[in-house]
Formats: sequence, structure tokens, C-alpha cells
Amino acid sequence: MRAIEIEDLRVIRGGRPALDGISLRVAPGTVTGLLGPSGCGKSTLMRAIVGVQIVASGRVRVLGDEAGAPELRRRVGYVTQAPSVYGDLSIGENLRYFAAVTGASRERIAQVIELVSLGGRERQVVGSLSGGERSRVSLATALLNDPELLVLDEPTVGLDPVLRAELWATFHELARAGRTLLVSSHVMDEASQCDALLLMRDGRLLEQTTPERLRAETGEQDLGQAFLTVIERAAAAERAGTPGPPSPEPAASEPAPPESELAR
Amino acid sequence: MSRRVTLATARRVLWQIRHDPRTIGLLLAVPVGLLTLMRYILNSQPRTFQSIGAPMCGMFPFSIMFLITSIAMLRERTSGTLERLMASPIAKADLLAGYGIAFGLLAALQATVVCLVGFLALGLHAPHGAWLVALLAIGNAVLGMALGLFVSAFARTEFQAVQFMPAIIFPQLLLCGLFVERHEMATALYDASWALPLTYAFDALARATSPGALGARMVADVCVVIGAALVALGLGALTLRRRTA
Repeated sequence: MRAIEIEDLRVIRGGRPALDGISLRVAPGTVTGLLGPSGCGKSTLMRAIVGVQIVASGRVRVLGDEAGAPELRRRVGYVTQAPSVYGDLSIGENLRYFAAVTGASRERIAQVIELVSLGGRERQVVGSLSGGERSRVSLATALLNDPELLVLDEPTVGLDPVLRAELWATFHELARAGRTLLVSSHVMDEASQCDALLLMRDGRLLEQTTPERLRAETGEQDLGQAFLTVIERAAAAERAGTPGPPSPEPAASEPAPPESELAR
Repeated sequence: MSRRVTLATARRVLWQIRHDPRTIGLLLAVPVGLLTLMRYILNSQPRTFQSIGAPMCGMFPFSIMFLITSIAMLRERTSGTLERLMASPIAKADLLAGYGIAFGLLAALQATVVCLVGFLALGLHAPHGAWLVALLAIGNAVLGMALGLFVSAFARTEFQAVQFMPAIIFPQLLLCGLFVERHEMATALYDASWALPLTYAFDALARATSPGALGARMVADVCVVIGAALVALGLGALTLRRRTA
């Protein structure tokens, strides 16, 4: 069984296509990185997988069910890009509330607080925390009921390198325990930490690959450079009128993007 | 729907309020202050103070819970917590009932304080008992909460949300008969006032604070207020979407 299976997904937001025919598979027990410049549709894709996004067409299956099915709400954890916790409650109160909603135990609350390195600070009000700490509280609430699939939208933004490394270690630990993680990032150096990679641009999936394969195919050791090569090849294919492999239809003749935008 | 999740939601809303002592202070002091102000504005007209001030004790929670709920719900929407809840196993009814219980309790506290001051210190009288006024106040608070929840779906920003107060509440206050007898108004306004839930809420409070039998009309008033609150809650539930654009 695939953890996530998407066929030709299309989403329209604000009158223009935010996702334009995405098809992909995610294997269970892996950490999959969803990478691409900001605004390319990563968050929209994640919302569709969690089942909170209105989709125009296509099929999204998650853990063997249709995305958004009521049975999935206990099995899928979701962390939005902006920390979605109550700023006027303490860390402990936030976790106690979400634990009650998802049916997690008291012991589990203490465990997830340790997992995100916020032990001993339960009484601190979330509004007084730094951005990085707040997003860790948000992550902790999603870990409460030990979901089979974790969808994490840029969970490491604003974290110092040590904490970032700790979180990635936690992600791999969860994957070893059989959980599936889909983690978005716009920082390419995090790509090397993933088992599988989904490279996105302008609402399309450019490539579904692994770090090793991406390096081998492009001849670049640096994954950021490798991603640029993939984008250049896709743009060249579009100019030549032959669609790039994962996108069945060519985009409306778009000029080649400037490099500075890609590097972000 | 689960009782555990409903109560957890009510407790969470109360925790949020507890972290904000100034709001609690305002919630309790403002109605008392306004009632006292009215007492001395109508210094030489004690009968007018009785006919306006006594029902007002039961109407403060209506307008204040409307405002608080519309802001609280808007915050849930804009902070992403509503999206997270809608992706979680919580039932919409748990969320609505949780808010209802929490704000109902706050309204009870507010109504108790304003009734104590009004009926004990400011010389208002309630021939059928001040408890009846407080009870009606809680019902009105739930109505205000339900309306606030519903309209919060139409506000994108706090600026818009606060303006729903004058847009939705003030016309009802003006037309309900509190300041001017309804049959003295232009016919069109008199007719329109029958369609507004606050008209019935005020009528019940006016009967509860004047001598004479309460009558069947009182029962009808209470039924209309409860019915209007349920309809508004139902409409509010429709605005809570699992999937959004």
C-alpha cells in the first residue's frame, strides 16, 4: 500500500491553477522532501493531501482512503506553515487541549514536549515564544496521537542548526518506526536528509527522485545546483515543444526564469 | 459528537479568557458602569430608569457575547487553529457547544454581577425575581454568541468584525422597544421588528421586570429566542468548512 497516491490533481486558487496536473506516489516508512521555490504550490499540495483543500479535479488517496475521509483525521498529522496554536495559552494548555481532541494520553504530552526540546517550559505562554519555538509547539501538537502520516509544512524555518539537526533525527526515528513523513522546505540543503524527493515548480511536479539519483542524473554534487539543472532542462524541453516527463501538457509559453529566483 | 471534546473545548476557551484578566475586568465592570451611568442620567425619572435599566441588565450579555464570539471565531480562522481542528477528529457540534458552554458561563457571571448591582444597589426591582432576569440574560447571551459565530464567517479582518456590532446589534436594540414603544414607530419599522429576535428577548425581559402575570406571551418569547439561537448556530455550523479554497 502507498502512503500517498495522487493522480492528475488540479487545484484552482484565486482564478489561476495552483496545482496543474500533479501525479505522485509516496512509499510508507520514508521521509519525503517536497521542495521548490516559495509560491510553487507546496502548501496547496499538502492541504490537498490532508483534505482541507477544495480540489478542481484529480484523485488523492491517503493510507488507502480518500483524502479528507473522517477515518483519516486520527491517522494523519498536519502542521501548517504558520504555527497554528493558541498564542494566548501556555504550551501545556495547548497540548492538553489538542490531546483531548485527538484522544492522546497525559504521558504522551510529556513525551512530545521532550521530542521538540521544550521540556520544563510547559507553563510559558505561546505568545511570548520566539517564532521557532512556536513552530515546535505546533509540531508537538501534531505528534500527540502518533499519526501514521505526518504532513509538515516547512517545520524547520527559523530554527538554529542544532535544533534543525535534532528535528531531522526525530523525523528519521519516526520513519524507522514505520511512520511516513512528507516535509516541505525551500532550503535545498535539507534535501540531502530525505529518502525521496519531490521537486516542484509553478504548480507542477518536475521530478520524483532520490538525492542519489538526482546527483547521478545531473552530475552535480550540490543538490541546489542539481535542482537548477532540472529546472533548466524542463524549461528547455518546454521551449522545444516537448513536454518534460512528469508534466503531460506544456505550460503556456513562459519565458525562462531568472536564476536568482530559482536559487531561493 | 463527544462530551469529552466538547468540555475540553469549553475549558480551552475559558483558559484563554483567564490569561486575559483585563477582558474579564471589562466584561464585569462595563455593564455595571453603564447601568450606574443610566441611573444618574435618569436621576429625576426613576420610572424610566426602571423600564429601561431593568431589562437592560439582561441584554448586556447579548451584545457583548456577540462581539466576543465574532472576534474569537475570526481569530480561530486567521490563526490556522480552525483549519487544524477541521483536519482533526473534532465534530463541528463539539466546537460550537464548547463555545456555547464557555460563553454561557461567562454570561452567567456577567449577568449575576450586573443584576446584583442593579437590583440591590441602584434601586431597580424585579417583581418576578432577579434570578429570572439573570436566566433570560444567559439565553440572550447564547443568542448573541450564535449570531456572532455566524457573522464571523463574513468578516475577513478584525476591522470588519467589530463593525458587525453596529450593523447587526444596534438596529435590533433600536427596534426592540427598549427606547421607544414599538407601536409608536412607523408602521414599516413596527412590522420589521417582528422579524428580529431581540424584540422577543426584550419583551420577555420587560415582562419579567414589570408587575402582572407573565402569561403565555412570555413562553412564546422564550421559545422564539431559543429557536433563533438554534437557527443561528445551525447557520454558523454551515460556515465551518472542512475544506476551503
